[in-house]
Amino acid sequence: MVQPADLVCKDITKDFNDFRAVDHVSFEVPQGSFFSILGPSGCGKTTLLRMIAGFQFPTSGDLLIKGKSMIDVGPNKRPASMVFQHLALFPMMNIGRNVGFGLRQRGVDAAEIKERVGRVLERVGLPGVENRQVDQLSGGQKQRVAIARCMVLEPDVLLLDEPLGALDLKLREHMKIELKSLQAEFNTTFVYITHDQSEALVMSDNIAVMNKGRFDQVGTAKDLYYEPANAFVAGFVGDANKFEGTITMIDGAAASLETKGGLVLRGQVSSGTPAVGQRAQIFVRPEAIELSKTPIDPVDHPNARAHIVDSVLFNGANSLVVLRDPKSGETIKATLPQIGDFLRLSKGETVFSNWHPQQARCFAIEDS
Amino acid sequence: MVSDRSKLGFYLLLSPLLLWLVTLIILPHVGLFFVSISEKVGVREYEIGFGNYAVFFNEPLYWRTFARTAVMSILTTGLTLLLGFPIAYYIAKLMRGRVKTTLFLMCLIPFWVSELVRTFGWMILLRETGVLSNFLQYIGLIEGPVEFLYNDAAIMVGLVYTSILFMIVPLVTTLDSLDDSLIEAGYDLGGTGLSILREIVIPHAMPGIVSGCIVVFMLSLGNYLTPILLGGKDSLWFTDLIYTQFITRFNWELGSAFGFLLLGLSSAIVFAGLKLSRQSLTNTMGR
Repeated sequence: MVQPADLVCKDITKDFNDFRAVDHVSFEVPQGSFFSILGPSGCGKTTLLRMIAGFQFPTSGDLLIKGKSMIDVGPNKRPASMVFQHLALFPMMNIGRNVGFGLRQRGVDAAEIKERVGRVLERVGLPGVENRQVDQLSGGQKQRVAIARCMVLEPDVLLLDEPLGALDLKLREHMKIELKSLQAEFNTTFVYITHDQSEALVMSDNIAVMNKGRFDQVGTAKDLYYEPANAFVAGFVGDANKFEGTITMIDGAAASLETKGGLVLRGQVSSGTPAVGQRAQIFVRPEAIELSKTPIDPVDHPNARAHIVDSVLFNGANSLVVLRDPKSGETIKATLPQIGDFLRLSKGETVFSNWHPQQARCFAIEDS
Repeated sequence: MVSDRSKLGFYLLLSPLLLWLVTLIILPHVGLFFVSISEKVGVREYEIGFGNYAVFFNEPLYWRTFARTAVMSILTTGLTLLLGFPIAYYIAKLMRGRVKTTLFLMCLIPFWVSELVRTFGWMILLRETGVLSNFLQYIGLIEGPVEFLYNDAAIMVGLVYTSILFMIVPLVTTLDSLDDSLIEAGYDLGGTGLSILREIVIPHAMPGIVSGCIVVFMLSLGNYLTPILLGGKDSLWFTDLIYTQFITRFNWELGSAFGFLLLGLSSAIVFAGLKLSRQSLTNTMGR
């Protein structure tokens, strides 16, 4: 049986005067899944979320929650609740009254409110905090109260507006895992917006990458990371080395690109094959680059070349080494293996690097 | 050495405040208090006693005027709050940027003119041959000229008008500090405009409401000009009684006693108001 999607957006557009914030966006979120909208600030993701919540109305298009159109339905009548960026817990009420606010608005009787508030606080792991004040809780606890305040209403869709942004790094890492397990526990559809790609990659079932009001790509974390649809997605999701140059040769899916400095690189074309002579970009992930202390045969390995170590960026397991091409002077970042000779790699040493053309993506530069 | 100098600086900076408090507030009040407890027994012969206070309680006109002033001032405060709150909400929450500043300044403009001139403005509008009377005759609602001045409603209008700014300013400040996302969260969780006003906006604005009310109440209770000019001879405002005792009757002893009773009354009502709204003076005035 095919379940109807909890949230369906059909061709949604939002204009502010002469600025188009959201441009013909369509997507579906199946029941019980974690959907993230990832994009840089100003890409329109907040506007999109506020339209789903009902604080703004689309200029055109339709929005359905559980199959019912939400156009002309106020935010207080929609089966969607929102966790705000700064949580927006009511400081004038204690935790119990905060969580019970929505139930009071629905006219649920006091005894039942008390019971349901107690139950939801237990589920988010904060039993018995009803009588505390908002400022007596830590950042992570407030986060959970904000989620409990929405979940007590049993919404069909829970919207989250970068709620982890204000937390410190350690707590953020912890809350990522916790949010994911809360989502599994409640089995509610989560729509999460963020500009932090690691939040999106870790938690989501599906991610939409948004840029300039449009969805550039919708897919799983792995899809976005390994099969980016365009240059923006390749550059925005994960770390990547970017080279710009002119296409010198096309051979099936393989392309050769020559940079300004005369560096010739091989990569794979995925969509919109560029023509010879056209300007293009090649993206290579730092972890796709293989390092060696001995020369690599350039006949079988078109991307093999000798580099000089420019600097070592030590960051534990995520350490990087910046390599400089002696001829063109271009630099490339590679993951530094924490084994053997590479442990004591220092500036000025010669290192041989190589990557498989299939692990590099080549995109034509669209003339704008 | 350094601490000595910083101490000197502290006392130098404190001295204007102390001078002001001691010479202009404390000394006159101590003096007035001694005047108020001296009873005249003969020519330039005085005895200490509370006879002046007894006069107040034995003469119905005096304590009725006193009660009337208090009730009218409370009504004025309530009315000012009712009128001021929507204006403040509009300025603080619905307006943005330059429009907001402009509107806020426009509330201030009438206060560039002296209170006397503003009150005369109301007299021009409300008197028998005034603008309102003429207009109503012109559109045929009334037959002959009607006097709108010299009644309680006119006093109330004048008092609300002179004091509304002191209600709007603290309200705008507190409402400004209310995060918009709290109101949005209220709607998102199913709240209606009314329930959000009751559960979120008013509790947040309470310190502003109380401090505005205290200032407006004090101003109305102690106002002399507006009730006299707009209320005429029958205004029966307590400050007028004090004025009469001091200036017309040369009875400084009774006037001083009245003054202290007014001070006691305003303090008592403000205290009761704070207790009722469960706010503290530091909380409301400290913002």
